[in-house]
Amino acid sequence: MASEAHGAETGGLVFHPMDQFIVKPLFGGDTIEWYTITNATLWMGLAVVAVILMMVLGTSRRAMIPSRSQSIGELAYGFVYKMVEDVTGKDAVKFFPYVMTLFLFIVFANFLGLLPMSFATTSHFAVTVVLALLVFLSVTILGLVKHGLGFLGLFWVSSAPLALRPILAIIELISYFVRPVSHSIRLAGNVMAGHAVIKVFAGFAAIAVVSPVSVLAITAMYGLEVLVAFIQAYVFTILTCVYLKDALHPSH
Amino acid sequence: MATETHEAAGHAAEAMQGGHEAAAPGMPQLDFSTWGNQIFWLLVTLVVIYFVLSRIALPRIAAVLAERQGTITNDIAKAEELKAKALDAEEAYNKALAEARAEAQRIGAEAKAEMQAELDTAVAKADAEIAVKLAEGEKVIAEIRANALDSIKDVAKDTAAEIIAALGSEADAKTVDAAVAARIKG
Repeated sequence: MASEAHGAETGGLVFHPMDQFIVKPLFGGDTIEWYTITNATLWMGLAVVAVILMMVLGTSRRAMIPSRSQSIGELAYGFVYKMVEDVTGKDAVKFFPYVMTLFLFIVFANFLGLLPMSFATTSHFAVTVVLALLVFLSVTILGLVKHGLGFLGLFWVSSAPLALRPILAIIELISYFVRPVSHSIRLAGNVMAGHAVIKVFAGFAAIAVVSPVSVLAITAMYGLEVLVAFIQAYVFTILTCVYLKDALHPSH
Repeated sequence: MATETHEAAGHAAEAMQGGHEAAAPGMPQLDFSTWGNQIFWLLVTLVVIYFVLSRIALPRIAAVLAERQGTITNDIAKAEELKAKALDAEEAYNKALAEARAEAQRIGAEAKAEMQAELDTAVAKADAEIAVKLAEGEKVIAEIRANALDSIKDVAKDTAAEIIAALGSEADAKTVDAAVAARIKG
């Protein structure tokens, strides 16, 4: 945020592309206790506000012929509902509020993070790891509770030749435990990389000659980031649905 | 995690004052001192969103969608009913039309038959009259012919008698009659 000005003052190019991700207390103070209200808290809170605006206030008229805001809420509802139904199956509809929570939080956190001077909460591993672990743990526990040891059949590829099965089982086991890692790093990595690249281009804008190119590049990157913001939320959600399907129907 | 002095915050504050400091923790994401804080607030956020969605927003939208679906289904059913009614009306109309057409045809045929009958009777009557007239005429002609035959017979007898008288002999009436009859027949 301050880095461009900073770079210009000292005359050289000084990039601080990662400064935008610094978590700092909102109301002064140096220490961050677990309860401290930080910029991360603020932007998560704004995501909650956005969700309430869209899903609660937007639909408050319960109109038979929806207004624009209500249409958007219904669209989001239908989008995620259909995803859960198609990917996971009809019996997974009871997990729909959970999936919807994840989707709406990520999508709003991503888009709010694209506002200038904002803070992208989903660029932090602390956030995405928790989101991914929530999915991983709930899927694993759900699978074990629902199918008991039969859930382990997920790793035993019964359609493969018998000799291959132990090897496949090891591969499946590894891939299963890598899931939360890839699930979380994919989201945070995409958001962080995009924001950092925009920041780097912004740093170049300090040089008058390059600044038009830099501004163009920022614009292009921003357009890409808008896409990424939605696509990553979509990917996270659909993977959640896929994992849920494994828990509900562990057979291959 | 919270006991550590937060370098990043200090850095940001300094940066705003125009000071210079190397970016202290390479990636703020890996500054684990902020994780507890973020995780706590994230869980609060998720719980709030979850309850807002599952208690208020999702049931409401589901109700609206179901209601709309119901209305649409009802409207379609109503439209189908109306369409069936229209079809019925059309059928009834067509039936009435066909009936009327058949009736008209029947009336036409009846009138034609009646006229034909009338004509037939008239023709028959005329035929009968003609036959009567013909018979009468034939009778008259036969009478005339009979009369003429008789007259010829008389004239022939008279003439024969006269011729015989002129030849100077007495004619016997009976012989003359017989001769004339034989000639006429003959």
